[in-house]
Amino acid sequence: MKRRALILSVALALSGCGPSTPHNTGVYLLIDTSGSYNRQVRQAEHITLYALSRLQSADSIAVARIDTGSFTERDIIAKATFDDRPSTANQQKRAFASHVEKFIDQSSPAAYTDITGGLLQAIEFLNEKHTARKEILILSDMKEDLAKGYVRDIPLDFRGFDVVALNVTKLRTDNFDPRQYLSRLDEWRVRVEKGGGHWRVINDLDHLDGLL
Amino acid sequence: MSMTTLLTFTPWPAVSAAILLILLVAALYFARDTAHQAIHVAASALARGLKVASLSVTHAQQNLAARNREVLLAAGREAKERIVEREFTRVGDTVRKDLAGYPVMHRRLSEAIQRIEEDQQKAVEVPPEVPGWTEAVKVVADLDARNAGADILADIHKSMVKAHAEAMDAWRKASSERHALLRRMMPDWRLIQETLGRVNKSVDSIIGRSQAIDRHMEEYEAIVRGEDRAVAVLSSSSIVYFFVSALVLAVATAGTAVNFTLIARPMAEMVGGTNYIGAWRTADIAALVIIMVEISMGLFLMETLRITRLFPVIGALSDKTRVRMMMTTFMILLLMASIEAGLAYMREVLLLDEMATNALLRGDSAGEAVNAHLWITTAAQMGMGFVLPFALVFVAIPLETFVHSLRTVVGLLGIAVLRALALVLRLLGNASRHLGALAQRLYDLPLFVPLWIENRMRAAAREAAGAQVTEAHT
Repeated sequence: MKRRALILSVALALSGCGPSTPHNTGVYLLIDTSGSYNRQVRQAEHITLYALSRLQSADSIAVARIDTGSFTERDIIAKATFDDRPSTANQQKRAFASHVEKFIDQSSPAAYTDITGGLLQAIEFLNEKHTARKEILILSDMKEDLAKGYVRDIPLDFRGFDVVALNVTKLRTDNFDPRQYLSRLDEWRVRVEKGGGHWRVINDLDHLDGLL
Repeated sequence: MSMTTLLTFTPWPAVSAAILLILLVAALYFARDTAHQAIHVAASALARGLKVASLSVTHAQQNLAARNREVLLAAGREAKERIVEREFTRVGDTVRKDLAGYPVMHRRLSEAIQRIEEDQQKAVEVPPEVPGWTEAVKVVADLDARNAGADILADIHKSMVKAHAEAMDAWRKASSERHALLRRMMPDWRLIQETLGRVNKSVDSIIGRSQAIDRHMEEYEAIVRGEDRAVAVLSSSSIVYFFVSALVLAVATAGTAVNFTLIARPMAEMVGGTNYIGAWRTADIAALVIIMVEISMGLFLMETLRITRLFPVIGALSDKTRVRMMMTTFMILLLMASIEAGLAYMREVLLLDEMATNALLRGDSAGEAVNAHLWITTAAQMGMGFVLPFALVFVAIPLETFVHSLRTVVGLLGIAVLRALALVLRLLGNASRHLGALAQRLYDLPLFVPLWIENRMRAAAREAAGAQVTEAHT
């Protein structure tokens, strides 16, 4: 009986000391810099600051732009994994905010909009970080416009991802035919959910409480 | 075989049913004695089993009660021994203190009394001498010469007046000296009075303590004799101690929670804020460990001071080792308290840093949030961080009381549970016996016709036997 109790207590102690499951969050913010959306880029600062205020030590964040070809590390404007120590994490947050602000001030419109490439880059980045929670935020009108030669008709693996489309503005053509807007959003929803992800749209940037 | 098939062995189902019923009743009637015996045996066996179980539980309850009584008496004996020992120590201290001053006091009293005696002797009133002139005046007055002694008498009178005046002066002077001597006695009298008052106070104190010791000794003897009254008093005291100590421990737990809040955040700076052990943050566990170590040091400190007696090993250490251990634990505690004060300061710094960062992220100005009186909270946090570890030292006292009284309270609860269980088992045993009787009656219910016939036949047989006996007598 005593032996069993000893084995049980050792097993419990070992299970307690084993590698613990991650509790951190990874956020990847995609900013559409195409001509049709460039005017909205200023909103990215607001969202970045909000995300930074919600993130804690060991969380990861990256901000990247969507341009003609977005499946590249060069489009990542800033990235950070916050330190274990809260004071260092705070310093990193301040530096990150400053970096993003600088980018927004110097942002120039892109000719094309490669949303899928940006999403692929986001998936790759967050999978590398092995975060418990993965959030991809897209600040875009969700109108993909690929340059000639770019192949983006590929399945995306969104398992474990939350994809949030933010401030999805209506295009001029959407005003003539709202079905275009609705079908555009629906297509993205289907694509994300088909990839195993969770899709959400938040257009009111003053109420980001549900985000993160 | 279905019911329908059974009812078809005659062309008329009603007749078939009646025949079957009669057969069933007949079968039950013939098996009645056996069935009654079976029911009786089953019910009795169950009742016996439950009774045995009830007796066993009662026995266990009695054993537990005896054990609890022993524990109570032992605890009471130990407590009384400590109280009596403390009272004797106090009496010893009082006697030692007074006896140490006794030679001085005795000398002062003797000196004062001697001075008084001397002064008293000096102050004795010496009666004035009777003037010798009286006899001379009488002799002169008796002279039979005319006016022969008038001059002499006048001279004598003059001399007498003069002598009287001188005597009065001398008497006044002597009185004055006597009064001065008597006045000088006053401080000595006061000294004697005060000294004796002090002695009286000490004696009263010793008498009071000896009465208390007598009372405690009576109670101790009652405990040693194992009187029921003593056990009842100890039991009631134990329950009171249990609840009081539980209350104080709850307060101490709240203090621990405050302490934890003070140091948990800065601990994240030391061990990282994202590491987990199981489901708990390493920083939180580290903060808890620090608090637990402080409480442990507090326990050891109280043990080495012999205020608590949770660890007999510490109490049995030599005085030198014990004092060394006391100093060591105190130094560790002081170190921990200083660390906590530092962590509390760090907490405030981190909080300000976080507030500034959040203000920046919100787009506010960071400088606006700084309060000029913020140093008060910082100082208060540091003070709490330093004081709380020392305050938690005193947890050892209610903890000891809680541990000791818990034994008794758990024992009392166990006795109550076992007693209730024994009662329930006994009730179930009785119920099973009565249920057996009820089952026998229920068995007889469908057999009322054959039983009635049987009773009638028996009555007829008894009547016939009675008639035969009567005929034989006649």
